[in-house]
Amino acid sequence: MSAQQATLPQAEHPQDALLRTERIPHIWCAGCGIGIAFGSLMSAITKSEIPRDDFAVVSGIGCTGRLAGYIHLDSFHTTHGRAIAFATGLKLARPQGKVIVASGDGDLLAIGGNHFIHAARRNMDMTVICVNNFNYGMTGGQLAPSTPYGAKTTTTPQGSPDEPFNFCSLAASCGATYVARWTALHIRRLTTAIAEALNKKGFSFVEVIAPCPTAFGRRNKIRRSLDLLKLYYDNSVVKNHIAPGEATIDFDNNLVVGKFVDVERPTFLDHYAAINRGEVEAWPATGVDASAAGKRKAG
Amino acid sequence: MKFWREPLDVDQIKVTQGVVTVLEERCKGCEFCISYCSRGVLVMSQKFNRKGYHFPEVIEPKLCVNCHFCEVICPEFAIFSQEAPEAANPGASAGQGD
Ligand SMILES: Cc1ncc(C[n+]2csc(CCOP(=O)(O)OP(=O)(O)O)c2C)c(N)n1
Ligand code: SF4
Ligand code: SF4
Ligand code: SF4
Ligand SMILES: [Mg+2]
Repeated sequence: MSAQQATLPQAEHPQDALLRTERIPHIWCAGCGIGIAFGSLMSAITKSEIPRDDFAVVSGIGCTGRLAGYIHLDSFHTTHGRAIAFATGLKLARPQGKVIVASGDGDLLAIGGNHFIHAARRNMDMTVICVNNFNYGMTGGQLAPSTPYGAKTTTTPQGSPDEPFNFCSLAASCGATYVARWTALHIRRLTTAIAEALNKKGFSFVEVIAPCPTAFGRRNKIRRSLDLLKLYYDNSVVKNHIAPGEATIDFDNNLVVGKFVDVERPTFLDHYAAINRGEVEAWPATGVDASAAGKRKAG
Repeated sequence: MKFWREPLDVDQIKVTQGVVTVLEERCKGCEFCISYCSRGVLVMSQKFNRKGYHFPEVIEPKLCVNCHFCEVICPEFAIFSQEAPEAANPGASAGQGD
């Protein structure tokens, strides 16, 4: 160590405060984008100034799902596809807590797809971070609901015949209050988006387009993670507040990134409290004219 | 430093001098930090760490402006920058470097 370095204030990595450092190096491959997204999440948590004890981080199964095991907060590594269901229980049991779900595209939107749409519909107060690497990384690179049309995976060796989901559009149409997408190279904007999502009441969703060189890149002849990062970034266009349905993931100069939704809507817990306090009018609000019943002929 | 249009107060702008620390044993040699450091501070070392990966090495310490980009892009939490202590930072000005 040089004399200059010896006088430096800090010898530890700034993220060490939020890392279970005894488990680092983590299991992710060299050049995997999950680490960048994870770093961004930790930066946003630090920036938020919310007390550490208020956070809970939940993930499902997959490479991204391992994240819960590396963060030095209350964290839960749940079963495949059930991170949102588990997080819903946590939120209802401890409504004052800040619940974060961080998991992969397969976990959240293939096996876990139903939990995702209904949590967004009910406006469950949680922040969902989806690391979209276009495949099931952990199990060797199978087709995911995000796999681009024509891309090769182990289960689609000729190329995927399916059209992928647009996760941001799905989240928005189900009622999410905050929706954003950035690539793993838009680090500062991604961190801002996660920080905004954490401060948002309701179901907030941030999609991170991230390289998986080992399982996805390799089968599509892009072995270097740097080339994947560049492919995603160079073809991205920032379009804030565009209609989410138009936020395409088109690798020919129209991979739309930005903040698409930022609205207010009562959460599940707001509605639940109102119902239990008897503050909600009987349904239907217009009432029913009992004397008219049976008078109208059917057909 | 090159400017697209030279600021009027260019002689007064102070550019921060940064110092980079590499936690060699955490590195997996992905090269993200080296490729995306806009100041050319880093190169890949010829040496290997215990896991058999090459790691970055600082070759142009004076050019580091403490922008933290290597720090936030590293997926391994293996590199970070901090401001150089005053003594090691004798009024680094915008005129320095390229
Ligand atoms: C019930 C169940 N079905 C299948 C699996 C096998 N499995 C493990 S991870 C995974 C998919 C992971 O993909 P994704 O969520 O995209 O995470 P990534 O590894 O890409 O980060 C699957 C199908 C499982 N663990 N449990
Ligand atoms: S298989 Fe893919 S997603 Fe999993 S750690 Fe490796 S690069 Fe990352
Ligand atoms: S802090 Fe910025 S200038 Fe310094 S080495 Fe890192 S990326 Fe380069
Ligand atoms: S970004 Fe991190 S892991 Fe990659 S070469 Fe640099 S220090 Fe090593
Ligand atoms: Mg995946």
